[in-house]
Amino acid sequence: MTERELEIIATKARLLLFDAIYTAKSGHPGGSLSCVDALTALYFSEMRIDPKNPDKPDRDRFVLSKGHCAPALYSILALRGYFPESDLKLLRSIRAHLSGHPDMVHIPGIDMSTGSLGQGISTAVGMALAAQAKQMTYRTYCILGDGEMEEGQVWEAIMAAAKWKLDNFCAMVDVNGLQIDGKTSDVMPTSPLDQKFAAFHWNVIHADGHDFEELLSALAEARSCKGKPSVILMKSVKGRGVSYMEKNAAWHGKAPNDAQYELAVSELRAHLAGLEAEA
Amino acid sequence: MSNMEATRSAYGKALTELAEKYPELMVLDADLSTATMTKSFAALYPERFFNCGIAEANMMGIAAGMSTAGLKPFANTFAIFAAGRAFEQVRNSIAYPRLNVTVVGSHGGISVGEDGATHQSIEDLALMRVIPGMTVVNPCDAHEMRFATEALIKHVGPAYLRLGRAPVETVTDTLPDYQFRLGKGVTMREGRDMTFVATGLCVQLALKAAVLLEQEGISARVLNIHTVKPLDEELIVKAAEETGHIVTAEEHSVIGGLGGAVAELLGERCPVPVLRHGVEDRFGRSGKASDVLSFYGLTPEALAEKAKRILHV
Repeated sequence: MTERELEIIATKARLLLFDAIYTAKSGHPGGSLSCVDALTALYFSEMRIDPKNPDKPDRDRFVLSKGHCAPALYSILALRGYFPESDLKLLRSIRAHLSGHPDMVHIPGIDMSTGSLGQGISTAVGMALAAQAKQMTYRTYCILGDGEMEEGQVWEAIMAAAKWKLDNFCAMVDVNGLQIDGKTSDVMPTSPLDQKFAAFHWNVIHADGHDFEELLSALAEARSCKGKPSVILMKSVKGRGVSYMEKNAAWHGKAPNDAQYELAVSELRAHLAGLEAEA
Repeated sequence: MSNMEATRSAYGKALTELAEKYPELMVLDADLSTATMTKSFAALYPERFFNCGIAEANMMGIAAGMSTAGLKPFANTFAIFAAGRAFEQVRNSIAYPRLNVTVVGSHGGISVGEDGATHQSIEDLALMRVIPGMTVVNPCDAHEMRFATEALIKHVGPAYLRLGRAPVETVTDTLPDYQFRLGKGVTMREGRDMTFVATGLCVQLALKAAVLLEQEGISARVLNIHTVKPLDEELIVKAAEETGHIVTAEEHSVIGGLGGAVAELLGERCPVPVLRHGVEDRFGRSGKASDVLSFYGLTPEALAEKAKRILHV
C-alpha cells in the first residue's frame, strides 16, 4: 500500500471517528486524531493480522495503552473489516458493544481491554513475554500517550521489557505535548523521553507521527532491531486534521457541537477529495 | 497432634509437583520468592518463572498479557501488595477482561507477626470479593492448599488465592470423604446449637472452640468456607436454618470479608443472629504470630465466648 493510500485511509478514519464522537456527544477527539495515522500504519501495513480470524494465535498484537483514544482504534478496525462501519454510530451507546474504552471481551479485534492509563503497556509486555516463552513469532505493538508517561507503572514495564530483551515488542509514544490540564511540560514534564528510554536500554527511534514514510521506516527499523525492545517517539499534533482542534488541550475529551461538526467534516472531506484526486 | 505446616509452604510444593502436569502454568513473583515459596519452582523451571522485581502493578499487567496467549500465570506477592497496592491492576487488567490469571496473596492476615501492620493484610478478602467475577479462595491448611492450587490451575478466569505465613495444624486430611471443590464449603464438624462459619486458620480455632463448648453441653457446627466467593450459600443457609445462630470467624477485618458476606447472605435469605469474629476495625501490630492472634482475640477461647454470647448462655 502506498503512502498516499494510507493517508486516504487515515483521513476516512478521521471522518469516522469524528462522526462517532459527534453522534455519541461524548469521547476524546484530540488524542484520537493525533494517533490515528500510527494506527493506520500498523493495521494497514505493518501488522500480520487476519480480520476474519481476530483471535488467531499467531497474529500480531496491539494494545492501545492510551485507551481513551478508542474512537480512532474502532474506526481503523471497522475500515479493516473487523466489524461494520455502521457500528461506529453506536459508540458509547448502552445498546452496543463499542464502549468508551477498548473492551476485548465484546469487540472483535481488540487484543486488550484498556482505559486506566499506565496499565496497557504492562499487558503488552506480558504478551511479548508469552511469545518469547512459547517461542511464537508474533510481534506486539503498544501506543502510549506522552501524558501517560507520568504513570509510574509505565516505567516498571519499560524496565521489564529491557530485562527480558523483548525485541518482539515495539512501544509507540504519541508525543503531542498536551494532556487534559494543559501542556505536558507544565503539568508534569516527561522529557527527555529519548534519553530516558535509552538509559533504560531501549532502542530509540524518532518519527513524525503524521508522515507515513517515516512511520513505516521506523516500524521496519524496530522489527530489525535485535536484543532489545524498541520505542518510536512520534512527534504529533493533538487534534491533527481539524483546524480548530489542533494543539488545543481543550479538545482532549469534548464532543463538537453542530457547527463545529460541520466545519470539521467539510475540512476533512476537502482534504480527502484532494488526496483522491492526486491518487 | 497433627502435622503443622504453613499454607504457603504447601503451595510452594504444589507448584513444583503440578508443573509437569500443567505445562501452561507460569509463575511470576515480585522479589519475594523466598517468602511466597515460589523459589523451588523458580529453581526447577527457570524458563517458566518470571521475577518482575519490586513492581507489583506491572506484574499483574504482565500476567494479564501472558494469559491472552493461552498461558496460566500465577502472580505472587504479599496479600497487602497483591490486593491493596495492585488492586486497580487486578480489577481493570485482569478481572474486567475476564482473564485467566490467579493472583496469589501470601502473608495474609495478622499471623504475619513481627513485620507489623504495614505487612498484615486484613482487607484483601474484602477487596478481592467486591470485584465482579472474581473467585476468592482462602484454604485453611496444607492439605487443602494442595487441592486448591490444582483447582485454580484448572479453573478458567480471574481468581485470588490467599496464603498464610505461620505454620498451622493440618485438619482436613483426617476428614472422611474430604473433597475440595471451588465454591463448596466443608462441614468439619456437625452441631445443633450454633454454627461457626470459618475460613483460613480460623477453621482450626473454631474446631477447638467447638471442643470447649462441648464440655459445656453446647453442640457447635463448624463450616470451613475455603471459597469466600462464590459463597456456598446453600450450606450456610442450611446451617442457619438448622442451628439458628451463626458466628463467623476469619483472620481479616470484620468488615467486608467472610463475615460481611455471610451477614449479607443471611440478612436476605435467613435472618438469624450473626456475630462476626475477626479483627475489629483497626490495624494490626508487631509481635510473635501467636501473640498477635491472641491480642486480637483470634483464639479458641474468644470464639467460644462469642458462641455463648450469641446463645445468651
